[in-house]
Amino acid sequence: MQLSRDELIQAYRKMATIRAFEERLHDIIATGEIAGFTHLYCGQEAVAVGVCEHLAIEDKIVSTHRGHGHCLAKGCDVTGMMKEIWGSREGLCKGKGGSMHIADIDKGMLGANGIVGAGAPIAVGAAMSCKLDGEGRVAITFSGDGACNQGTTFEAMNMAVVTKAPCIFVFENNHYSEHTGFEYAVGTQKDIASRAEAFGMKVWRADGCDFFAVHDTMREILEYVRAGNGPAAVEFDTERFYGHFEGDPQNYRGEGELDRIRETRDCLKIFRQKVTEAGLLDEAVIDELNEAAEADVDAAVEASRAADRPTAEDVLTDVYVEY
Amino acid sequence: MAKMMYRDAVRLTIAEEMERDESVVVLGEDVVGGMGTDGGPEAIGGIWSTSTGLFDKFGANRVIDTPISESAIVGAAAGLALSGKRPVAELMFADFIGVSLDQIWNQIGKFRYMFGGKTRCPAVIRMAYGGGYNAAAQHSQCAHQILTGMAGLKVVMPSTPEDVRGLLRTALRGDDPVMFLEHKALYAVEGEVPDGDWTIPFAHARQVTSGEDVTVLATGLMVGIAEAAAEAAAEDGIGVDLIDLRTTSPLDEEAILDSVEVTGRLVIVDEAPPRCSLATDLAALVANKAFSSLKAPIEMVTAPHTPVPFASELEQAYLPSPDDVEAAVRKTLAYR
Ligand SMILES: Cc1ncc(C[n+]2csc(CCOP(=O)(O)OP(=O)(O)O)c2C)c(N)n1
Repeated sequence: MQLSRDELIQAYRKMATIRAFEERLHDIIATGEIAGFTHLYCGQEAVAVGVCEHLAIEDKIVSTHRGHGHCLAKGCDVTGMMKEIWGSREGLCKGKGGSMHIADIDKGMLGANGIVGAGAPIAVGAAMSCKLDGEGRVAITFSGDGACNQGTTFEAMNMAVVTKAPCIFVFENNHYSEHTGFEYAVGTQKDIASRAEAFGMKVWRADGCDFFAVHDTMREILEYVRAGNGPAAVEFDTERFYGHFEGDPQNYRGEGELDRIRETRDCLKIFRQKVTEAGLLDEAVIDELNEAAEADVDAAVEASRAADRPTAEDVLTDVYVEY
Repeated sequence: MAKMMYRDAVRLTIAEEMERDESVVVLGEDVVGGMGTDGGPEAIGGIWSTSTGLFDKFGANRVIDTPISESAIVGAAAGLALSGKRPVAELMFADFIGVSLDQIWNQIGKFRYMFGGKTRCPAVIRMAYGGGYNAAAQHSQCAHQILTGMAGLKVVMPSTPEDVRGLLRTALRGDDPVMFLEHKALYAVEGEVPDGDWTIPFAHARQVTSGEDVTVLATGLMVGIAEAAAEAAAEDGIGVDLIDLRTTSPLDEEAILDSVEVTGRLVIVDEAPPRCSLATDLAALVANKAFSSLKAPIEMVTAPHTPVPFASELEQAYLPSPDDVEAAVRKTLAYR
């Protein structure tokens, strides 16, 4: 735990913001106030924040259909994101993209993605660009255990190795792709990291529910990649607290599984326990951070409800060619 | 006659064909649902509930849950078909053809021709297409305009549970690759379906409403949109000859040309963007083969030339509406 008090506070605040954002969305979506497919990141906060806390704005990330956490961790505006999910024209993508397509290029956030496996090749390109610029920047692609079965991911890993692109493949293994178990769909049975290894990359493995494990691992990986050794891969073992998408009945889950992971594998609880036991932050500070995160989300929801709606004319803006 | 939902018509027909013909096999992502989980197989039974129960009934050799690997799914369907099986592969969303395009475009679609007619490739690739769900640009697209443009593929777009039954039977019993496009906004639609083992041949359009003033062509979800417009126009005594094409490849040219010969006016309704599309293709067909029958320019009601937007207001503006179709009908009638 080589983190200052301020760094600890900032990291927890981000995790708490993602949690509050997602929990709130879960409640609101159930009322029907927001439309569209929404995939919540709740439970995996330690991965996004543990990875992104090391990154500068100039470092790039490419995200997935479960992208809210990555966006927030990379610094996307809470209200801008909420407005986007609400379909407002004031949203980060003017209401045209919605939950699955949030992007903020100025923040180095090159886009969530509705196509599973599409992100890895894009990240390799971004990493090539970083290499060309020669300033030690990196690109990160987040992929699930499902996405690691796409040819695009395989091709991207090989190309990154061949071109020595400073690309980091972050595999978030939450044990499910939609409603199918990791043990069934990933033929290597053992893990995803060994696959990446077979492509010639140095790989790491860590507990994705422990912010400090993620953060420490990423420090090592970044040292290695920024030093010009080419790409690297890491597999984080993590948990998804909600369904694949909002509305998923989740009857593929084991008896008591959700209660158990909330109880024993909650990265926010684990963080709190570690920092309070080590005397780094006290309970009251953590409570305040939770409250502040809730307040940010309150404000974002209120602003989204009041925000401008798009109109028919907006359909025709931002196209490459108009007919 | 039985009343059933569009999605049930898909599932029932596949189940019956699997029973009838041992060579029919199903494959796709989450077609079983729950593989490798505590909930176990059939915990979900397909994202669209179009394959629920098939695994329990036919077992793991004939209902194959796959990883998220569309290239391998379509490629495996090709290999199964070339070696005597009748695969029904599910691509979940039509948008995902992008990932498997080589296997569709350069492989499955070309075997019969490239191999000098010496092979059959009876693969049915099912996918849900279309807008209306705020699913945004990567989960709402039409694929018929692309797939119809590929020589070698048959493209089917049922608009009712009855048509699902008749057309899917034909697809599963034929010897050629068929792209079977199910509109996601139709899955929960109910309709009467005749009993018995009947089929609907391809290139056999359905007349939805008859009239002598204007011909309207539509497919899939757009049939209902056009029907609403036809009903509104009928209140003013306008007779719409609404034709549901049902298959875009092969195409029932005769039905289209016969109708235009009577009405002399044509409105084409298409959910896809307008360039190089089904709409432009049909317009060219009629301009070329029924020019002398035309009394007015051909009208096309399509989505705009943009990706599908997310927000409800934008998506509503994007998709053709009954009002848009009615306006086009009136416009072509006003032309002198
Ligand atoms: C090319 C493609 N195939 C299928 C889907 C449907 N789909 C969306 S998310 C998903 C599961 C992804 O699983 P994983 O990569 O493990 O990520 P997680 O959902 O666990 O975060 C699937 C199959 C898609 N969006 N894109």
